[in-house]
Amino acid sequence: MPDVVIGAEGLGKRYVIGHQAAAGRYVALRDVLVQGGRALWSKTRDLMRGNPIVEGDTREEFWALRDVSFEIRRGEAVGIIGRNGAGKSTLLKILSRITEPSAGRVTVRGRVASLLEVGTGFHPELTGRENVYLNGAILGMTRAEIRRKFDEIVAFAEVERFLDTPVKRYSSGMYVRLAFAVAAHLEPEILVVDEVLAVGDAAFQKKCLGKMGDVAGEGRTVLFVSHNLAAVQQLCRRGLLFSEGRLVSGGAIVDTVAGYLDAMRALSRADLSERRDRKGSRRLTFTRVAVCDRSGAEIPRVLSGQDVLIRFYYESRLEQPDSVVNVAFNVRSGQGYLLANLNSIDTGQGLLDIHRRGYFECRWPKFNLRSGTYDCALFCSIHGEVADWIQSAFVITVEDGDYYNTGKLVDRQHGDILVDHSWSAGDVPPQGSAAKGDDP
Amino acid sequence: MGASGAPDAAATSPREEPVIVLEAGRTDRHYWMDLWRYRELFLILAWRDLSVRYKQTVIGVAWAVLRPLLTMLVFTVVFGRLARLPADGSAPYALMVFAAMLPWSLFSTALGDASGSLVTNANLIGKVYFPRLIVPAAAAVTAAAEFLVGLGILVALMAYYRVAPGWNLLLLPGFTLLALLASLGPGLWLTALNVKYRDFRYVIPFIVQSGLYLSPVGFSSSVVPERWRLLYSLNPMVGVIDGFRWCILGGDSRIHGAGLALGLAVTGFFLWLGISRFRRMERSFADVM
Repeated sequence: MPDVVIGAEGLGKRYVIGHQAAAGRYVALRDVLVQGGRALWSKTRDLMRGNPIVEGDTREEFWALRDVSFEIRRGEAVGIIGRNGAGKSTLLKILSRITEPSAGRVTVRGRVASLLEVGTGFHPELTGRENVYLNGAILGMTRAEIRRKFDEIVAFAEVERFLDTPVKRYSSGMYVRLAFAVAAHLEPEILVVDEVLAVGDAAFQKKCLGKMGDVAGEGRTVLFVSHNLAAVQQLCRRGLLFSEGRLVSGGAIVDTVAGYLDAMRALSRADLSERRDRKGSRRLTFTRVAVCDRSGAEIPRVLSGQDVLIRFYYESRLEQPDSVVNVAFNVRSGQGYLLANLNSIDTGQGLLDIHRRGYFECRWPKFNLRSGTYDCALFCSIHGEVADWIQSAFVITVEDGDYYNTGKLVDRQHGDILVDHSWSAGDVPPQGSAAKGDDP
Repeated sequence: MGASGAPDAAATSPREEPVIVLEAGRTDRHYWMDLWRYRELFLILAWRDLSVRYKQTVIGVAWAVLRPLLTMLVFTVVFGRLARLPADGSAPYALMVFAAMLPWSLFSTALGDASGSLVTNANLIGKVYFPRLIVPAAAAVTAAAEFLVGLGILVALMAYYRVAPGWNLLLLPGFTLLALLASLGPGLWLTALNVKYRDFRYVIPFIVQSGLYLSPVGFSSSVVPERWRLLYSLNPMVGVIDGFRWCILGGDSRIHGAGLALGLAVTGFFLWLGISRFRRMERSFADVM
């Protein structure tokens, strides 16, 4: 029993979505007064007519997490997997005591450090040195502890020269490195990490992953949430799969990831406008994705080498010509590896018209993936604000085609990606004659 | 798993693993202990607020000196010269106003800063656990720092008017604490309301503004007729301001005994109300932010 460090029994978290809360994130006193007046009126009316008075009929309950039970043992590294809105973040928030459960209980043995974002509380006006102390204290380190590890933190972040510069002058890379370095030097018994590895450059991500691996190796417990399934599989041995607030399965990480990908594939065949597991302001909502051939006719599957148009149909609350739009989609392999990110900012087409109902179209000439099913996330931001973001929004099913125009099909045995290339042969002349031969 | 002994286990030795049970309505148990455990965070947040304030505004410190002096000037002219209200005994009118400005700015700045503090620190609240009480308390420290600047000015003014303080001055820290406590109660309440109803922040400056004229800042409380004195003392700042004048100006100002006791009771009531409201709403802060 002492080896169980986190034990959850029937854990649940309920949010009440009032009708006024649907419009914005917070309540205005004015609305409460108006609503109170209305409620009073409707109650009085009900009373006069002899109808039963319904309490809270303008409220809607929503269980972000429901009836979740599990145990986590000391030194385990556990990956928590699920779509947006599956309850992962809510679980982490409960474990890190940011919010309290509405039902059930969790017993936590040992100090928990939660890393739900890097650089929580960093202040742009303060210097790097000051921010290390500030952030460390926020994450629960004592001043003595920070002082002891200060040099190590700075070395890990590689920002020695800029310690006394306000962090507002830092590049985003430096900022993230410093922030992660502080977090990486926490020494809690239980480390809870949410999606923070999505930031920073590849080399630094690798370094962070290594550092987290060390933490897990030292007998400390790590809970890790990420959409980066490759990283999850690398770091964790056990996985918990969540869907719509419930714990669906738990077991070896490989099986959990496979189960997740299966569920995602089934899901992406469903209607996009029905999907509830999305994030963003919904200023624009994707309704359908159509994979088409060169002429714009929808096709059920793509042949490698074919010119493809992908149309993302949407509905928008506002009509806005020339908006700063970033439409993007990710392509993941069957094993969950991120293969590509295609977006309108990288191609320099960041200004697009938004209609009430319209579509964005992405042209992908000479489709260069081999046969298989590819899982795609869809994203759109307008003026820097996320409008709609859906994990596993659609799949692209690919069959082997004549990519190299040789009249033969390429087969998928050798990797996922096809590269348009050609070969030729050259002759290296024998030693000595080379110099003469090359002279003009 | 023994949950009942949990708080003690964590309190006695940090090396032992604390066991925490999280369930609905349970957070109360380790609250005050946590408040003590997070004292370093309190200090560092207070330091952050202070250093950021003076880094952002170049004339920050100058402003802290100028503002009370200018207000003192205006009040002295309006109430002392134009309205010809009496000063306390032989004390110079300007000094009498300044002696009241000191606790009043402490009160109003602490109230204003605290009430907005949770909203401005929303990013912290949603991402890390700590007793939320720390945030408004740390914000109030900035007000205390400005108060110290004000004390410096007071010393200069007393030297200028050649007013020597008596032994009464020794009680000044007590009244300072009282001013802070008086602001903490309503401050915490307003802070919590401000999180829930975001348009509440428009109400706060109005409350502070009218409080300035309802409290005896620009005039002596002896102006108020004797039969209304007790009612007037329901405003806890009346007792505090009278106390300040008594400490600084010496025997010419009087403390209204019953009034002070009443003010203390009101302060205590608001402190209880503020803390209990804050504690109740605190649980849902992360959910509504």
